[in-house]
Amino acid sequence: MRVQVRYFASLREALGAEEAVDVPAGSTLGALRDGLLARGGEHARCLARGRAVRCALDQVMADEAALLHEGAEVAFFPPVTGG
Amino acid sequence: MQRIVVTVQRADFDLAAEVAALREGDAQVGAVAAFVGTVRDRSDGAQVSAMELEHYPGMTERAIEAMASEARRRFDIHGARIIHRIGPLLPKDQIVLVVVTSSHRHEAFQACEFLMDYLKTQAPFWKKETTPDGARWVDARQADDAALARWGLQMDNAG
Repeated sequence: MRVQVRYFASLREALGAEEAVDVPAGSTLGALRDGLLARGGEHARCLARGRAVRCALDQVMADEAALLHEGAEVAFFPPVTGG
Repeated sequence: MQRIVVTVQRADFDLAAEVAALREGDAQVGAVAAFVGTVRDRSDGAQVSAMELEHYPGMTERAIEAMASEARRRFDIHGARIIHRIGPLLPKDQIVLVVVTSSHRHEAFQACEFLMDYLKTQAPFWKKETTPDGARWVDARQADDAALARWGLQMDNAG
């Protein structure tokens, strides 16, 4: 299935604003991150395990156990700093 | 009448005008508590000459509205007005406004502080500061996670 991945802040500067990604049906958000990590390069650096990366699914904060669906909007971003 | 209005905008805001609008027509309001966050010219030991506020369009408004609904669930408040600015800002500029109305002061103070603690750790905004050494992204603070935890909400942000 195809999902839309969006990046913000320092992740956006390194990886671009967004990209369409194909994942196996039934994938979790964590599996998507693993898949992106496996590309190596900047994706591996920015999304490495141990780095503080937060995620949202369909514009709601989510954790990596969240199940993706066809057309899902996933976002990866650094810890937020508003207010 | 209970009302919650949340706006994410580039334009500046006027505290007095927003308070007046929130209070209008509600003679049951006995307390108004407000917070304004502003841009400082120093941060983490460096001089800051400018700041850029990035956000997640769509998610920011929804996230803050959900926080306001949670505040209304926890505290007996009449209404809330929240404004968060985005885009380029300068030292002394206003960044964020939280105004809460209630019958009595305790709920207004509590809800105002709760909303700021929640917004600081869960609203999708990111600040980039311009310093003499160049532009840098602001780091999230564990102290803000601790502030939110005091309300019974364990939501990892800073990590």
